[in-house]
Amino acid sequence: MQGLVPTATDGNMATEFHNLQELRHSASLANKVFIQRDYSEGTTCKFQTKFPSELESRIERTLFEDTVKTLNNYYAEAEKIGGQSYLEGCLACATAYLIFLCMETRYEKVLKKIAKYIQEQNEKIYAPRGLLITDPIERGMRVIEISIYEDRGSSGSSSGSSSVSGSTAR
Amino acid sequence: MMKNCEYQQIDPRALAVSPSSAQNHTEKKARRPRRKWEAFPGKNRFFCNGRIILARQSGVLPLTLGLIVVTCGLFFAFDCPFLVDHLTVFIPVIGGVLFVFVVISLLRTSFTDPGILPRATPDEAADIEKQIDTSGSSTYRPPPRTKEILINQQVVKLKYCFTCKMFRPPRTSHCSLCDNCVERFDHHCPWVGNCVGKRNYRFFYSFIISLSFLTSFIFGCVITHITLLIIEMLSFLDSSSCTVVELVICFFSIWSILGLSGFHTYLVASNLTTNEDIKGSWSSKRGSDDSGNPYSYNSIITNCCVTLCGPMPPSLIDRRGFLPPNEAVPAASVSEIELPPFVAKNDAHMCTQSTKDVLERVVHSSDFHGLCPPSTPKTTPLGPEIFSIAAPSTEPSPSAGCTRQHAHQSAATTCPLFTKSSKRDSLHSINPAFRLASPSPSLSRVTLILGDAPDIGFIPLP
Repeated sequence: MQGLVPTATDGNMATEFHNLQELRHSASLANKVFIQRDYSEGTTCKFQTKFPSELESRIERTLFEDTVKTLNNYYAEAEKIGGQSYLEGCLACATAYLIFLCMETRYEKVLKKIAKYIQEQNEKIYAPRGLLITDPIERGMRVIEISIYEDRGSSGSSSGSSSVSGSTAR
Repeated sequence: MMKNCEYQQIDPRALAVSPSSAQNHTEKKARRPRRKWEAFPGKNRFFCNGRIILARQSGVLPLTLGLIVVTCGLFFAFDCPFLVDHLTVFIPVIGGVLFVFVVISLLRTSFTDPGILPRATPDEAADIEKQIDTSGSSTYRPPPRTKEILINQQVVKLKYCFTCKMFRPPRTSHCSLCDNCVERFDHHCPWVGNCVGKRNYRFFYSFIISLSFLTSFIFGCVITHITLLIIEMLSFLDSSSCTVVELVICFFSIWSILGLSGFHTYLVASNLTTNEDIKGSWSSKRGSDDSGNPYSYNSIITNCCVTLCGPMPPSLIDRRGFLPPNEAVPAASVSEIELPPFVAKNDAHMCTQSTKDVLERVVHSSDFHGLCPPSTPKTTPLGPEIFSIAAPSTEPSPSAGCTRQHAHQSAATTCPLFTKSSKRDSLHSINPAFRLASPSPSLSRVTLILGDAPDIGFIPLP
């Protein structure tokens, strides 16, 4: 199935982290887990910290929660409303918003940090456990997508079958 | 070089019918890396290799620009020399600054991504389908397509978007003209040729505010010009005919633009969107104790600052990114093929707007559901047939065709159509404003599916 092949991230990213590539090649994708957004505090970007049951055999709960909480903190930093964002906004308005064409906003800076953080986490924690996080910006900030990989040959476990049933279910 | 590369939407059904065409597609793509805007599923146009985004129907934008440029051109050519002689040199300076600001903010509004949410990937769509399946306890009726969440201790319903295959985040709405879900959707503005949403609302607001200053300014100057002319008893005929043209344009535009500026100032101060205001989502009429806007900061100044000076959110669609070589078919169309006929059917008929059609659809959708279990993909072609037998009076039109039809209707004309002609008899039908005021239990599910309806109709002036 074409759609189940994970999307390759940026080219430079892929060369830097070749072991993630190796993971993609040596193992087959068994399932994907989606961490949904938490809207309880409004439309600011925040993800649910609830531990998904599919990951129970793969990773410790605290490690996962740490990752999501750190991501949430990053997003809160990016969307923080305060002196700096007002200053940025007023400056942009005074220049008829042309400054956005040449200046990197704080949000974009934080997004770069997030991308770096996710790469690090993938390298250190997730890839050794056969997991891979996709940067939420690539999924419209709606979900954190965690791909679960399995060694080739040992597929056919319960998680594998559940992904198939998921796609054919109504 | 990439002056007018218009993206031709790939019809998912056509892909499903003839897989050979998809094959050709991938072969062609292999030669040159394609950027994501070239496979963008919405009805948008892209220019400058994806740097500029516009709605497909942006024919009114040149008119808007033309009106502004012509009026200002006449002003600078005929009024300014006279007024500089008689009053002060600051008049063309102020006018020039205002004019530049207006044009830049107009172009920024038109060419910025309004906050389009990319469609769900096939995996994500499948995951959501799975969740809906397990939560739907009844076996007979199709599972409900809404999700209730708490926002600041207030219950908000999230609707499922059949086109984008996801639950729309709060304040997000699907623009049927652009065929995209837009975050913090305000309205689709034909005058600027784009949706107004999360990412370009501040540009839009600065546009209408500066435009109202500009029209008021020119109007005032023109009045002064004429008054001075009359006082000086000069010949009223030579250069003043152009002044009269400006006077007429300004006179007619000033009221609507001032009114609109006032309306949007009110919206900004209360952290509302036009969409929410028209639907009356948070109005106290809804009768419950938990009414009120859950997104408001309860302070006019904070609301203004947040809306206009808050952090600028990033574009989520990554138009200039390269398509990964292994994803030949756009995400939405893949899931279209994978997903069962029931979903595809809903999707195809999403935009058929007639009330009758809707009512029949809900009556027959359960029958249909019982007749052909969606887990058997072999029965896919059966779907439309059954539907057409069940509802012979309605022509099931493919989504592409009928949205084009909507697009041809001017936005301004659809609006009164909705509000005036069907005001009386559609109390329980598709008009969402009425739906919210008087929820009828039997129809609640249908009307929720039809959540898209308002987004076409209610398009305020600019």
